[in-house]
Amino acid sequence: MLATKTISITAVSKSIRTNIRTYTMIIALALIWLLFGSLTHWVFFEPRNLSNLFRQMTIVSFLAIGMVLVITTGNIDLSVGSATGLVSAVTAYLQVQIMPPILHSLFPAMAAGPLGVLNTIIAIVTALLVGLLIGLWQGTIIAFLKVPAFIVTLGGMLIFRGGVLAVTQGKTLTIYEDDFRLIAQGYVSDVAGWIVGALVIVAFVYIVFRGRQQRKEFGFKLVPFYRDLLKAVVISALVVFFIFIMNSYRGIPNPVLLMAVVAVIFTYLANNTKFGRYSYALGGNKEATRLSGINIDRVVFTVFILIGLLTGVSGIVLTGYVAAGTIGGGQNYELDAIAACVIGGTSQGTIIGAIVGSLIIASLLNGMSVMNMDVFWQYIIRGLVIIAAVYIDVMSKRNRS
Amino acid sequence: MSETNDFILDIQHVTKEFPGVVALTDVSIPVKKGTIHGICGENGAGKSTLMKILAGVYPFDSFQGRILYNGEELRFERDSIRQAIEKGIAIVYQELALIPLMTVGENIYLGREPSTSGIINWNKLYHETQGVLDEYHLSISPTAVVTNLGVGQQQIVEIAKALSESAKVLILDEPTSALTEAEVEILMGILAHLKERGVTCIYISHKVEEFFRITDSITVLRDGGVVGTLATKEASYERIISMMVGREMRERFPIGNRKPGEVILEVRNLSVDSPYQAGKRSVKDVSFSVRKGEILGIAGLMGSGRSELVTTIFGEYGQNRSGEILFEGAPVVIDSAREAMENGISLVPEDRKRMGLVVDQSILKNMSLPNLERFSGFLSINRNAELNACESMATYLAIKTPSLLALVNSLSGGNQQKVVIAKWLMSEPKVLILDEPTRGIDVGAKFEIYKLMNKLAEEGVAIVLVSSELPEILGMSDRILVMHEGECAGIVDRSDATQEKLMAMATGLLAAATSEVK
Repeated sequence: MLATKTISITAVSKSIRTNIRTYTMIIALALIWLLFGSLTHWVFFEPRNLSNLFRQMTIVSFLAIGMVLVITTGNIDLSVGSATGLVSAVTAYLQVQIMPPILHSLFPAMAAGPLGVLNTIIAIVTALLVGLLIGLWQGTIIAFLKVPAFIVTLGGMLIFRGGVLAVTQGKTLTIYEDDFRLIAQGYVSDVAGWIVGALVIVAFVYIVFRGRQQRKEFGFKLVPFYRDLLKAVVISALVVFFIFIMNSYRGIPNPVLLMAVVAVIFTYLANNTKFGRYSYALGGNKEATRLSGINIDRVVFTVFILIGLLTGVSGIVLTGYVAAGTIGGGQNYELDAIAACVIGGTSQGTIIGAIVGSLIIASLLNGMSVMNMDVFWQYIIRGLVIIAAVYIDVMSKRNRS
Repeated sequence: MSETNDFILDIQHVTKEFPGVVALTDVSIPVKKGTIHGICGENGAGKSTLMKILAGVYPFDSFQGRILYNGEELRFERDSIRQAIEKGIAIVYQELALIPLMTVGENIYLGREPSTSGIINWNKLYHETQGVLDEYHLSISPTAVVTNLGVGQQQIVEIAKALSESAKVLILDEPTSALTEAEVEILMGILAHLKERGVTCIYISHKVEEFFRITDSITVLRDGGVVGTLATKEASYERIISMMVGREMRERFPIGNRKPGEVILEVRNLSVDSPYQAGKRSVKDVSFSVRKGEILGIAGLMGSGRSELVTTIFGEYGQNRSGEILFEGAPVVIDSAREAMENGISLVPEDRKRMGLVVDQSILKNMSLPNLERFSGFLSINRNAELNACESMATYLAIKTPSLLALVNSLSGGNQQKVVIAKWLMSEPKVLILDEPTRGIDVGAKFEIYKLMNKLAEEGVAIVLVSSELPEILGMSDRILVMHEGECAGIVDRSDATQEKLMAMATGLLAAATSEVK
């Protein structure tokens, strides 16, 4: 009896040790939350604050999702902050200065409501287009003209910030289209939230059990049924709990839903497509990947197109969030995005890691401002957390070898 | 047996365990002063672990047993490589440990530059470097930058570095794995000279031939234990091999039943310039053909253009290409690995870690990398189909691993090589080019790869085998193309070929009449 117990304990401790990296982030997040909770008399855990926290994290999380692929392929993008700012400035300028007179002269009879929707749609498309152009520009220079990404995006950081100044002329462009603001400031209704939650749970359970079915058909070994079941139950409980918390304030914030959709798309891209596989191989060994008949220039190009598009998304949410295009829009976001990847464990390079990393960064910012901590401390603590995260990564790697 | 002074190094009952693995079991090896002591064994036999213990990489309390050095027990602390060097034990590693962008002198004196109050005395440094190089008649400039030297010369610089640290015991770990025949000769000369000067050498290798040229005694390791120690005079090739593999090796090269068919790949007047050095022709006017089910060997010295020739055919090397490549009689243009694969040509590259594998990814991902098209729909990869195909290939090649999801890093050299071959076999090539397929892998794994080559050739695959090991070329090829300074020095049939003849052609002494290109 005693012997079996020792064996099972060693087995458990072994499995924890081998998965320590996966759990480290979650544990760190839990510790940070508990710390802030106790320091703020649990104001931190109020639904209103949590709702804000999740909304705040989204802008950087789009950039972090793209940054995972960039870093995985051995590159870096320092321009995403300025690029987000430029997208935001162009979008605001278009909505405020250009579109209203044009739309009025084109559709003089149209009511203000539909006109606003049209204006918003045009702004969204333009924002994505600007992001795409930025991606094309940088991707071409990096992938085909072979200028190192560090240099190209350092230049881009300055160029796009210059663009922001040119477009805004140093002024804040306040947008007044409600439709547009709602992208970032609105909420999914309670009922819709529960429906989304139900769909997520059904989809997850379906994927897990279809996976089992397929593995069975191919005659592969299956993990014990209770483990898949446990996984499904835990995930479902988390989803329900999350929606419950969000609904007890005003519902799931729109950008959080958008972030979830983007994260799912990119996780699929990274894990289930040739492009994803090539990106990781490229990061592991460029030469071997090239000799495997893979057009590595095209992979790098695609990566920068994708992060360009994501700066477009991020710019839209930023503009809606502050309801304006500002000269400082997106400043230093590249650092937060890179930090999120680093904390999320870039060496592993998972999208979910980047999301959790973004959440940790946002939690630090949110918690420290709820505490009214001096800004200088906020900077210092964020810096220390990044270094500590990488130190933990280095340590866990050393222990493994 | 009591005169311990005879033994400069006496390894006594050393056992070293890693979590889950016993790397060495009760190993005892006495090494006589002033001799060259060979240690051989297949990969994974424990050679490298033993050497790391001697060099102080693993501290004295991390293993059982003891090591006497001049009768006194060595007790190295953790990270004690410095201590080992101070005692006069120097090691030349399998992987070169030089800094590529520094000069020969800087490398040799790295970490102990002659200096006064922190300022390096460069004149003294280069003067002393010259002294070391002169002593061994090495024609290398002390100010040459290491990256510009050949692999052989780099190896020699590394030995010079060890010697300049006044080593009394020099440990050489697979020193010839990257050397050409000519460079091996130079190395052998240096070792003989060292022996005269009373330096003791421990020579680790799995190239059994070399032991007979240079060593005084040989210890054979297998599975972490000593199989036996013999005086070289009393040993024979077959005996050592059977001790290494633990069974009788009746043949080094399996006899195949190949029946070459019609010509599948023909190269006419291929020339190409080096992309790294403007105006340097790497391959000059080379023509040859390969038939279905034939093994064509390509021999030549290091730098003779062997790898450049095959990599050009694969579409991944050089500028200003001229000449023609015909596949199944029709001219083809191949500008990338992708196009080569589409034409049914696969290349297993020379340096598996650098060019063949993504070592920190799984075996599965490595194997499927060039073949993902086959498992993919419009968007996603069918992982089950992928796993299925990779599993059957892994079984076909007998890759030894608990799971295909294990990292390539965790495999032995031979199994890593099999993964690279698997990667390229999955695309079902009609022409398979193997560039140094057996470098750095053990005898048993080599034999398996030879058998595989035969099997593939019997199935009608044309195989091009590039190798610096002449016995391998002679043992496996139907015809042999010899390269010399970028040119084809001739193509000879196996029946006409001898090691001497091929060597003479490779060094440019003999330009054999090219056997008719069929």
